[in-house]
Amino acid sequence: MFADFDLVMEKLATKNLWDFPGGVHPHGYKTLSNTSPIANVSLPEKLYIPVKQHIGVDSELIVNVGDYVKAGQALTQSHSPFAVPIHASSSGKVVDISNHVAAHASGLSEKTVVIELDGLDAQYELHPLLDYTKYEKTDIVEAICQAGISGMGGAGFPTHLKSNSNKPVEFLIINGVECEPYISADDRLMREHAWQIRQGIDVLVHLLAPKQVIIAVEDNKPDALETMSIACQQQENYQVVSIPTKYPAGGEKQLIQVLTSREVPSNGLPIDVGCLMYNVGTCFAIADAIIEGKPLTKRVVTLTGKALNKPQNVWALIGTPVSHLLKHAEYSPTEQTYPRIIMGGPMMGFTLSSVQVPVVKTTNCLLSPSEGELPNIEDERACIRCSACADACPVSLLPQQMFWYSKAKEYETAEEYNLFDCIECGACAYVCPSEIPLVHYYRIAKSEISQQKIEKEKAEKAKIRFETRNDRLLKEKKAREEKHRLAAEARQQAMKSDTNAKDKIAAALARAKAKKAAQHADADTSVVPADTKVDDKKAKIAAAIARASAKKAAAAKKTTQNTSENAPTSTNVNAETPEVKAKNNESESAEDKKKAKIAAAIARAKAKKAKAKETKNNDE
Amino acid sequence: MTFTLLAILAFAILALCFGALLGYAAIKFKVQSDPLVDQIDQILPQTQCGQCGYPGCRPYAEAIANGDEINKCPPGGDATIKELADLMGVDAKPLDAAHGIEDVKKVAYIREDECIGCTKCIQACPVDAILGAAKHMHTVIIDECTGCDLCVDPCPVDCIDMVPLASSSQTWQWNFENMTVGDIPVKQV
Amino acid sequence: MSKLSVASSPHHHNGRDTGAVMRIVMLACIPGMLAQVWFFGYGVLIQALICISAAVLAEIAIVELRKKNTERIIKDYSAALAGLLLAISIPPLAPWWIAVIGSVFAIVIVKQLYGGLGYNMFNPAMAAYVMLLISFPVQMTSWLPPTTLTEQSFSLWDAIHTIFTGYTSNGYSVEQLRAGVDGITMATPLDHMKTELLQGFTVQEAITADIFNGSNGIGWTQVAIAYLIGGVVLIKAKVINWHIPISMIIGALITASILYMIDSSLFGSPWLHLINGSLIMGAFFIATDPVSAATTNKGRIIFGALIGIWIILIRAWGNYPDAVAFAVILMNMAVPLIDYYTKPRTYGHKVKK
Ligand code: SF4
Ligand code: SF4
Ligand code: SF4
Ligand code: SF4
Repeated sequence: MFADFDLVMEKLATKNLWDFPGGVHPHGYKTLSNTSPIANVSLPEKLYIPVKQHIGVDSELIVNVGDYVKAGQALTQSHSPFAVPIHASSSGKVVDISNHVAAHASGLSEKTVVIELDGLDAQYELHPLLDYTKYEKTDIVEAICQAGISGMGGAGFPTHLKSNSNKPVEFLIINGVECEPYISADDRLMREHAWQIRQGIDVLVHLLAPKQVIIAVEDNKPDALETMSIACQQQENYQVVSIPTKYPAGGEKQLIQVLTSREVPSNGLPIDVGCLMYNVGTCFAIADAIIEGKPLTKRVVTLTGKALNKPQNVWALIGTPVSHLLKHAEYSPTEQTYPRIIMGGPMMGFTLSSVQVPVVKTTNCLLSPSEGELPNIEDERACIRCSACADACPVSLLPQQMFWYSKAKEYETAEEYNLFDCIECGACAYVCPSEIPLVHYYRIAKSEISQQKIEKEKAEKAKIRFETRNDRLLKEKKAREEKHRLAAEARQQAMKSDTNAKDKIAAALARAKAKKAAQHADADTSVVPADTKVDDKKAKIAAAIARASAKKAAAAKKTTQNTSENAPTSTNVNAETPEVKAKNNESESAEDKKKAKIAAAIARAKAKKAKAKETKNNDE
Repeated sequence: MTFTLLAILAFAILALCFGALLGYAAIKFKVQSDPLVDQIDQILPQTQCGQCGYPGCRPYAEAIANGDEINKCPPGGDATIKELADLMGVDAKPLDAAHGIEDVKKVAYIREDECIGCTKCIQACPVDAILGAAKHMHTVIIDECTGCDLCVDPCPVDCIDMVPLASSSQTWQWNFENMTVGDIPVKQV
Repeated sequence: MSKLSVASSPHHHNGRDTGAVMRIVMLACIPGMLAQVWFFGYGVLIQALICISAAVLAEIAIVELRKKNTERIIKDYSAALAGLLLAISIPPLAPWWIAVIGSVFAIVIVKQLYGGLGYNMFNPAMAAYVMLLISFPVQMTSWLPPTTLTEQSFSLWDAIHTIFTGYTSNGYSVEQLRAGVDGITMATPLDHMKTELLQGFTVQEAITADIFNGSNGIGWTQVAIAYLIGGVVLIKAKVINWHIPISMIIGALITASILYMIDSSLFGSPWLHLINGSLIMGAFFIATDPVSAATTNKGRIIFGALIGIWIILIRAWGNYPDAVAFAVILMNMAVPLIDYYTKPRTYGHKVKK
């Protein structure tokens, strides 16, 4: 079904590639930002570094508020292979560890380390593995993990996990496609740091031993194509390939299809078809980590859109708040009637609900379009079933059907139309003449389906627990009955068979009484000090109960102010007395404690009665 | 005139054929299913709260199978009613308010320093979601708690609260409406 | 300072909304309409005016009744397009009330009663056409011969007069207008052929009539070619896909060829079927109506091909000489079925058996 290695190589040699279905050609607007070199930004006052920036498991904080940290110092650690650490991007004092608005469409908060920078940018010690070929592969993978590298193109999948594959890799694909309009971060990176990217690729090649390395760049970036070709020219099995400009050619699955005609199975991974893909930014970060020992603390971010006076690419520290970058690029509020900042590109990025959102490892672009630059999508109209969406879909879905069923909340049918294969590229909504926010509907449907699945699982678990509990209770009851029955039988047996039984019982009873009396005496006289603690506790409990009862009564009273006044008043009095007593308890004798207990019990009972009465009144 | 009739007849027959084909497809791809009670039980949220008036979800499922109303389950809410209606082939109706109203998902939380360790809540919890031994503080296993509310009343010191489950960015439902949104405090340059 | 605006991605749109799509289709009708004016007089322009106004007014009335956003709905141009398509399908000199009844029926019954644009099962213009044809067969088949063959010269004023009063300004009726130089009532080429065949003549004899030039109906050929040009523009502008028109034409051609090979004296040649009547106009402008056509590309091929086959079959054995409207309406009914069975294979999924 799929093209084998030789055929792919042949096609690559003749530059005659495959294609993926659908796709759209939005205007690129790349020249807004890609004409000047990547600039440096002044240090912000504070950095906000979210604790979790990758897909996978949380890791554990190893710094506390008040600690001084240096640039590159790890802030978290974890023993789980699914976690990557985060690092301080510059030196300063940890002033807070709390919830801060996250780089996510929801605008919800996530645990974030806030560092007040001292402006010195003091560096933490570095551990380069300069001669990396001499090290064990596992050491290199570990170093990549410790440098905090997770995929920088999209979802943020931990890079070291991908690099630890046991399956044979035919094609190592380096993704420099950058198909989203406006974004030019990878473009500039390739133009200015092709050599370092190449070093990163070398590290990966050493780890993975692929048969062939393909560096794919869209043909609207001729300069990047050239620099990458020059950087890779000595390497025999590296090939820089120019691919036709079409959105979303940079999608992992689409790029694999264009280069090899292979399709990653639904629910599968690229490695299942012999491919592995890394973003050029990730390669750059790997070179940084291995050759210089620097963890991932900064990345290229495109600041663009016509509401910025100085659109450009910058090196932004991870954790820099967006507001700082907007100031740097001279955001001009007059350009926007409705302010709008998009993190990511116009097709797949998300709007920010606050400019305090920090730059994270996956942030490649901040887009601030002027009025009329990107259309303010109007209200949707009815779908006219024109199928423009289906023609644009790179995954060959039927967006209009998925939309229909998602909107009607017929999620099962939506799933039958392979809703979960949708890559949310937005091509369908981009062409829809009825301006239906199709992807939004898919997202709602997907999250609701996932939620329902979780709930179903939970319900299933609850059902099982409920049933086992019922079984247990039943068994216990049966066991108890059985025991009673046996005991009764035994007694009868004994009575029948043994005439002495009565005497014996009488004797046993007497013995028991005597013992009890002795114990009582003991307790009353000698053991008092030892018992105080217990009694203290009991008193406390009594007090707590009394408190609670009072509260309950008060609450009940609140709800039923128009009912009889007597009951609540009396409860209040009764409930307060024991409390006072309980407070004075410490100095009083055990006798008093007992009294308090009784009082509390009375109070409790009364309160309950009052409450019951009032609810009854209430009901009437 | 006869032609018109013929035309109408032809159309009718064609429409019937297409309809029959679609219907056939629907039947052909239908999956064999469990007994009715199991199916109903599958749909119910398994909160085991008893708000429906039955001691747990399964008894209510049995009751529905025997003809009880389908709108008595507040935790399941409209979604559950809709599914039940589909399954039973009856019209969905609004939730019967006599049994309670649909609420946000909550879980029980025990204020541990106030707990006196009386084990009353353990006895009340239908899914054994509370851990603790006599005279020791108790705690709720959040993942197991169904939010049924049954442990709140028995507690003599009133230290159990029902708290709404916090929403995280993972469980966010793409609801832009009630989001807190800021502005851009940029000075004019 | 206003709040940041938040929305789901994509934040970009290609700027072509429903109104733009419909406008392009209307513009693409222009070459065909010009050809119609040239060969059959100004009638079609007046019909277009009547139909579009009636359709839009009906739409406004209904939308107001349903309390929707009127301006927004009118701006999608779908009512106007439905009116225009009806106008170019009915005889140019049909009385005004035919046009009005048809347009109102198309909008009120076929479109809005089903829930408005996007929910209608049938193509509004064609459903209205079929209704008119069944209810008013005389008016709906009174086509004028090409102006080059008529006796009377025929001005714009005459056209208006005829449409509204039934007579030209100097008192000729439509029937008289239809008379050729020899005084015999002329019909459309397909009509003529049908009548001749029913009377026992062969196709070859039928096409010796004045309205034919070889197999090509005079005027009709040129109109068909003009619509073809408009259709190609639509495909180039990516408003429609090639699948429906091409498969429809091929389906018709193949069926006609088979019949022609069976008996060339009873059945017209494929070319004759292609170039006379509204096959081409229907293929590009009628069958491609997004709402009521199949939605997958595979499905569209099946949908188109079956329409083509139906057209020829109805022309051969049915009572009506031209059959585009019937065929389209027939296949509209099959669309859910076609869509169901032609789901494309999704990326990363195995082909289903
Ligand atoms: S592009 Fe929009 S209007 Fe057209 S079929 Fe898709 S969802 Fe419907
Ligand atoms: S967002 Fe989903 S449905 Fe729409 S074009 Fe992309 S993959 Fe297809
Ligand atoms: S802990 Fe409380 S609320 Fe949770 S399931 Fe048990 S009884 Fe219900
Ligand atoms: S009922 Fe209340 S006091 Fe008793 S164990 Fe449970 S939480 Fe603690």
